[in-house]
Amino acid sequence: MTIGASVGRVGGNARVTGEQRYVADVHLPNELHVKLVTLPVAHARVRGIDASRATAVPGVRLVFSAADLPQPVPRFGPQFIDRPIIATDEVKYHGEPVAAVAAESNDAAAEAARLVAVDYEELPAVFTVEGALAGDAPLVQDPALRPNDRLANTNVLRRHDISWGDVDSATADLVVEHTYRFPMVTHFAIEPHAFMASPEGDGISVWTSIQHPYWLQRVLARVLGLSLANVRIHAPDPGGAFGGKQHAKYEPLLCFMALAAGRPVRLVLSLEETFLAVRRTATEITVRTGVSRDGRFAFQDIDANYLIGAYADIADRVVGKGSYIGNGPYIWPAARINARSILSHTVPSTAFRGFGNPQINWAVESNITEAAIELGIDQVDLRLRNLARRGDPFIPFDTPADGEWSESVRRAAELIAWSSPKPAGRGRGIALGIKSGPTTGLSNSLVRLLADGSVVVYAGTQDIGQGSRTIFSQIAAAELGASMDAVTVVSGDTAIVPYDQQTSASRSTVLMGNAVVRACHDIKAKLRERLGDGYDESRPATELVGDALGRLGGEIIGVGDARKDADPDHPLGGLALFFEFNATAVELSVDEATGDITIHRHVAVSDVGKSINRLQVQMQDEGAAIMGLGHTLMEHYIFDAEGRIRNVGAIDYRIPTSMDLPLEMISDTVENVDGPGPYGAKGMSEGALIPVASAVAAAVRDATGVAIRDLPLSPERVWRALQNRGRS
Amino acid sequence: MIKSSTPTVQITLRLNGDQRSVSVAQHHTLLEVLRDDLDLTGTKECCLVGECGACTVRLNGQIVDSCLVLALEADGGEVSTVEGLGTGSRLTPLQAAFIEHGAVQCGFCIPGQLVAADDLLRRVPRPSREEIEEGLAGNLCRCGCYVQIFEAVEAAASALARAEGDIERLAESPSARELPPHVVDQ
Repeated sequence: MTIGASVGRVGGNARVTGEQRYVADVHLPNELHVKLVTLPVAHARVRGIDASRATAVPGVRLVFSAADLPQPVPRFGPQFIDRPIIATDEVKYHGEPVAAVAAESNDAAAEAARLVAVDYEELPAVFTVEGALAGDAPLVQDPALRPNDRLANTNVLRRHDISWGDVDSATADLVVEHTYRFPMVTHFAIEPHAFMASPEGDGISVWTSIQHPYWLQRVLARVLGLSLANVRIHAPDPGGAFGGKQHAKYEPLLCFMALAAGRPVRLVLSLEETFLAVRRTATEITVRTGVSRDGRFAFQDIDANYLIGAYADIADRVVGKGSYIGNGPYIWPAARINARSILSHTVPSTAFRGFGNPQINWAVESNITEAAIELGIDQVDLRLRNLARRGDPFIPFDTPADGEWSESVRRAAELIAWSSPKPAGRGRGIALGIKSGPTTGLSNSLVRLLADGSVVVYAGTQDIGQGSRTIFSQIAAAELGASMDAVTVVSGDTAIVPYDQQTSASRSTVLMGNAVVRACHDIKAKLRERLGDGYDESRPATELVGDALGRLGGEIIGVGDARKDADPDHPLGGLALFFEFNATAVELSVDEATGDITIHRHVAVSDVGKSINRLQVQMQDEGAAIMGLGHTLMEHYIFDAEGRIRNVGAIDYRIPTSMDLPLEMISDTVENVDGPGPYGAKGMSEGALIPVASAVAAAVRDATGVAIRDLPLSPERVWRALQNRGRS
Repeated sequence: MIKSSTPTVQITLRLNGDQRSVSVAQHHTLLEVLRDDLDLTGTKECCLVGECGACTVRLNGQIVDSCLVLALEADGGEVSTVEGLGTGSRLTPLQAAFIEHGAVQCGFCIPGQLVAADDLLRRVPRPSREEIEEGLAGNLCRCGCYVQIFEAVEAAASALARAEGDIERLAESPSARELPPHVVDQ
C-alpha cells in the first residue's frame, strides 16, 4: 500500500540530474528576447517615449509601449479588471514597466532598454497606510475603473466587515489593546518568473511559470479576443511559487508583442525584477481582546488595514479571506473584524503562502499571549480553555471545527517540554494558526489504464514543489493496484490536460486527489461492466485490464471530478472545505549584546487528517516553518522617502540560509482520518507558516520581558527594544 | 554608444570530462555560456550577484558562482556542472540521497546544492553537521529543505565511506586489478 508511505518523489531524478526543464530552459526557434523598461519612481506621469536610439541598436525588432496596444488599453486582473497590459499614462509603482524591447539577443534587448528615453514627471506617491488614508492623498486608481462604487473616490478598495454577538456592550475583566505591524516581504522563489509567447495559427501558445494555467487561459482569451481553444498554456513545473505565480503578470504583454512581431518572444525576469512584481500584503492591525479573570474569552475587536499595491491582483481576496478567520480557532461570544484593502503606489501584492492569515495571526495571537501574561494564566491553558472543539461553530456562519485541535496543541506543548523548567536564558512561546481552506473548487481528472497495466493520470494541478505528482501517483497506484513506477502523471498543458481551477489554498490533495480517486472508480466500473461475472473485486484493476480489453486491446478511460460550488450568500462566497490547523512552539535565547535570536528548538504540529506521503508532509511543514522564520527574523522591503524600494535583490534582502535555522526542528502531525480528501486527508502546506512570528515573539518576550509588535525581529530591532526595556 | 557587434573569442573548456570549444562574447559569464551557448541548462540562473548559489559549478577544482566568472576566465580550464554527476538511472550516492531524504521539492536550487555538496565531500569526506551548514551556506533553498539536504549529505558521506571501505578491502584481495573502473570510481 503506497498511501501514507514516504515513497520517492515523482520527478526526483530529473531534478537531481539537471534534466528538469523549467520555462527559462526551453527555447523556441526564431525567438526574440524581451527586456522591460521601468522608471526609478513610485508614481509618475508619462509625457512621452522616444524609442529612436533604442530602435537603432542592431538586432532590435520592436520597442513596445501602450501606444502600440488597442485603445483603450485592455486591462486584466483576477478580481478587478484594473491592471493595464503595460503602464498607460501613469506609472503607479516602482518597477511598473512603461515599455518593452524585443531583440535578436539578450544583449541587444538590454542595451536598447537602457536607451528608451522616457519623459516623465514624478508625482507624489502613497506607500504607507497613513499616507494612503490621508485626506489629501492622491488617488491611486482612476475612480472611473470602479463605477457605482461609493469607495471609488478613496484609496480604500473594499471593506470586509464581519461580526457576531454584541462587541460594543460586551464587558471583560481585562481588555488588552495593541497595534501590530507586518511589513512587505517578497516570495523570492529561486526560479524567477519566465514567460514566452508564440503566435500559432489562429491563436497563441504561451509558456509560463504559473500556478493557475487555466485561469491564465481565460484572461488571455478575453484580452486577445480569442476562443479558449485557441489559447494554449504550456506550464512546466515552476521552480517554487508560494502564491507569487498564481495570476497573470506579463503574459498579456508578451502575447501582444508576439503578435506584433509575428515571432515568439521570451522574457526571463531577473530576481530584482521579481521584487518589483510580487510581494505579500503589509498590515497594520489593532486588536482589542476582552478576557474574564478566569480566562474566558469575552470579545475581540479587530481593526485591520491591509496595504495592497497599485493594482488589486488577488490581494483584496487575501484581505477578505485572511481577515475573516482572524479571530482564530477559538470560541468568542462576540467578535468584530473590520478590515480594509488599501491601494497604494507599491508593487501589487498578491497571494503568498498563508493568504493574509500570517499577518492577522501576528496581531491576534500576540495579543492573546499578552492577555495570558497580564492575567497570570498559562498561555497553553488559556488557549486550550477557549479552543473550539470538534463540531463547534466557532465562526457561527461557517463550517464547524473539523478536527480535535486540542491534540495538536497538547502535542506541540509536549514536544517543546512546555511544563518543564527552562534552561537559563531561554524563553518559550506558542501560537496557534488556522486557515480557511478553499471555498469553491473544480478539479477534473482523466485516468487511462493501458493494456499492459501501466497508468497515465491527467491532473491539471501544477507541481510547484509541493509534490502533487507524487501524491496523485500514489493515489492511482493504490486505487488500481499498480506499482508507482507504472504510473505517469501529466500536467502543465491546457491543450491536453482537463480543466483544474487552480493550484492554491492547499487544495490539490483534497480536490484533485478526490477527482483522481473518482476517475479510478470509473475505470473499475467499466472493468466490471466489461467483465460481468468475471469481475473479481479482490484483484487489482491492472490485472483485470487485459481480459477486459480482449483481443482488440486498447485502454480503459476513467473520468472524475471534484466540485465545490459557490454560495453567493456567504461572506466569502462559500463555506470552508476544511481548515488547516497548526500549533507552533519555540524555545530560544536572545543575545542581549547584539539582539540576535537563536532558536534552540522549533516545533510545528499540523492536523492533516491523513498523510498521503509522510515525508512530503514533513518537507512542506518544515519548509513553511523556515519561510515563516524569514519574515519573522529578517525579511522586509525598505523604502526611501519617495516610495522606491531600496533593498531589491539578494544582497540587501536576506532570506534564511543553512546558517539561520533552528538548532533543532521538529514537525509532527495529528491524523484522525477526518478530512474531506482521499483516505481522510486534509489540505496542508501553509499552516506551519502562519503562527511562526507570534510564537517567536512570545518566546522573545518570555526570555527578555520585552514585547515587540513590529516585524521583522531583526537584531537591530530586538537590541533597540532591549535598550528601552523598563523605560516605558 | 551603441554597440554594433559584440566581439567574440574562441575558448576551450574541459567540460564534464569532454573537450569543448566555443565562441563566446567577451563580456558573457560562464553561466551565460553554459546555458545559452552550450545548452547545459542544469545550472540555474537566479540572483546574478553571487548570493543564491543556483549557478554553482566547479572550475579548476573549486566551486564558483558561474554568474560572477567571465567565460574568458575559464578558458583552458576544467569545468563540471550538475550534468557531470550521475545521469538517469546511474545516480551518484549524493544524488540518490537527495531524493531519498526529501531534499528535493521544486528542485530549482538543487543543481547548485549538489555541486556544492559534492565539493564539500571531496574536501571533507565525513563532514560534521556544522561543516555541512557552513559548506552549503551559499546555496539558498526557498522551499526550506535545508535539514533534509543536511541529512542527504550525511547519508551520502556514509555511503561513500562504505564504498571506500569496500574498495580498500577489495584492493587487499588478489583480484583487485580485475575490477571494472566504474566500481573503483565510487
